Amino acid sequence: MTEALPFYKTALWVTLKLAGIGIVFAIIIGLLCSVILYFKIRILTNIVRVYLEVARNTPLLIQLFFLYYGLPKIGIMFSEEQCGIIGLAFLGGSYMAEVFRSGMEAVSKTQVEAGKAIGLSNTQLMRNIIIPQAISYSVPGFGANCIFLIKETSVFSGIAIFELTNTTKNLMGIFYKTNEALLMLVIGYLIILLPLSLFLTWLERRVRHAEFGN
Amino acid sequence: MLNSAINVLFEGRNMYRLIEGLLVTLKIGFIAVVITIVAGFVIGIIRTSKNKMVQLPFRIYLELFRIIPILVWLFVIYYIVPANFELSLSSETVALIVFSLWGTAEMSDIVRGAVISLPKHQLESSKALGLSIVQMYQYVLIPQAIKRVIPPMINLITRMVKTTALLTMIGVVEVIKVGQQIIEVNNSHYPTIAFWVYGLLFFLYFCICFPLSQLSRKLEQKWAV
Repeated sequence: MTEALPFYKTALWVTLKLAGIGIVFAIIIGLLCSVILYFKIRILTNIVRVYLEVARNTPLLIQLFFLYYGLPKIGIMFSEEQCGIIGLAFLGGSYMAEVFRSGMEAVSKTQVEAGKAIGLSNTQLMRNIIIPQAISYSVPGFGANCIFLIKETSVFSGIAIFELTNTTKNLMGIFYKTNEALLMLVIGYLIILLPLSLFLTWLERRVRHAEFGN
Repeated sequence: MLNSAINVLFEGRNMYRLIEGLLVTLKIGFIAVVITIVAGFVIGIIRTSKNKMVQLPFRIYLELFRIIPILVWLFVIYYIVPANFELSLSSETVALIVFSLWGTAEMSDIVRGAVISLPKHQLESSKALGLSIVQMYQYVLIPQAIKRVIPPMINLITRMVKTTALLTMIGVVEVIKVGQQIIEVNNSHYPTIAFWVYGLLFFLYFCICFPLSQLSRKLEQKWAV
């Protein structure tokens, strides 16, 4: 077992790294899309809508297979890790967009109107009124998405990335210690996700104070 | 070259086999969904109990399925059960077990949330009328909760259909596996076949999941409370 531990350490690191980068990109994509949807910017709104439906209604595994095995055939090549990150950001972006958008829409219309009435510009409105409150509304959904995306990294084992799940499968093949290997796998995910889930519950309570007017 | 590769999909029995694979996926999905709905309702209603000793085990059960990825669950059941209990399970059975357990956990949370979110006076007035617990659930709580259950339930079904893609990883011969077989056979003559097969799979999953998620959204808007 001690022989296998370094493999798990690397795998844990790979999982965290890919999930981290993927989530950061997902947040950026999500924010962009939600702002576009909120202000109903023409044409772009339609593109964003199509993107959201496509990303949300297809499994990550198929998206990854398409990126990793399908696209190189027509000349677009990515490494495994790039594929993983692109896939995660593509999927995650759509979920994040939905959360941020509903967060923005939860800010009551009277406040937006009041802001306009005292002559705030769109940017000021966004920065001083909508975003601070939208963040607090979005935290629960955002946390759930982060956990969901970290869990989805297990699917990366389908395209030969050595994260936790794939490493475990390999180690099972090398050492024939099925029970121990799978136990380590479960523990690996618990190490990442339990503290995160507790932290998010705490954070959720902390940001409540930013909500106003209900 | 691109065009000739797409024709391979329609040659011989390729399309027929893909659809057959899709049916395997849908069959597992369908049985799991039926079990999920029935068991989810029962457990969900049990979970509305205020007794801590009743709540705790179900809570742990739900969190286990929330925190550990489904793929890991599939591997755990697939490798551990046959190795330790001298019980050989086909990969379809493993899939069915994991999907039913997972779906039931999520479904029970949806049902519980819906019943708890009903206004308290509903429960109190039905008690005041002298309804028994069974009558209270049968005539008052469940009929009202059902409108709050159905949209998230359809969402859950969509998620389950999407997750069936993972079954290929434990060796269920479903639509993705069939697609990979077609790629392997034709790869040397038509290198672009992978692009078309995975593109088609992408499209097929979208065709199943998109109507479901639209339906869920429509119902949610219609029954908004």
